[in-house]
Amino acid sequence: MAAETRVGIDHEADIVAARQKGRALAAQVGFPPSDATLIATAISEVARNIVIYAQRGEVVLDLVHDGRRRGIRIIARDDGPGIPDVELAMRDGYSTGKSLGLGLPGARRIVDDFEISSEVGRGTIVTMRKWLP
Amino acid sequence: MLVPVLKQGDVLIASIQAALSDADLLQLRDELAEKVGRLRARGVIVDVTALDVMDSFATRTLRGIVQMTKLRGAETVIVGIQPDVASAMVQLGLTLNDISTALDLEDGFALLASSLAGRHRGG
Repeated sequence: MAAETRVGIDHEADIVAARQKGRALAAQVGFPPSDATLIATAISEVARNIVIYAQRGEVVLDLVHDGRRRGIRIIARDDGPGIPDVELAMRDGYSTGKSLGLGLPGARRIVDDFEISSEVGRGTIVTMRKWLP
Repeated sequence: MLVPVLKQGDVLIASIQAALSDADLLQLRDELAEKVGRLRARGVIVDVTALDVMDSFATRTLRGIVQMTKLRGAETVIVGIQPDVASAMVQLGLTLNDISTALDLEDGFALLASSLAGRHRGG
């Protein structure tokens, strides 16, 4: 299994770097181009959330197995202010004004597994998995 | 990443050449709004064929381009959205409602030509 890929996010240009690395990794492990685009788009959304709300953090990409399936895991992590109401943040169209409010709920729709944990004052971790078809 | 903007007749063509950062997209938006006036353009084509991802920010900024150029008196057509990108946009719930799109540059020109001709006639 390939080693994990870490992309530091502390500038909006890093959003592009993170999604390009994600697309390359997805293609490398055999995802069709349409899935690679979905993965790149989901990474773009979670990486932007880091830039907008936490200023800095990281995106970690690696390959995962669950016994039957292989896939890619994307972890977006920051030590930012955290999200007071995660359920609200996951609602379509909800935004504190800096975005369309479609980033996180949109990302959740285009991956297979999506988990978010956030603690006010401590930061946010989003974990997404997409399995090979 | 600079986006070249060419003028052909009274149409500006912005051909995105590679993945754009959020700042690049905002710069393109502002540049087009300015150039529509300075170059007296009546139409704008934004070619997104080379855009790797159309996420919520890119969609919002393209919508901003369409609205700003409209306020400056020009019509904008978005061309070149790739099949995989279109599919991802649909799944994300991103739409370009009320925004003119065309398959490619050629169709974009045709669409603008008929739309601008209609405007001449007051239609």
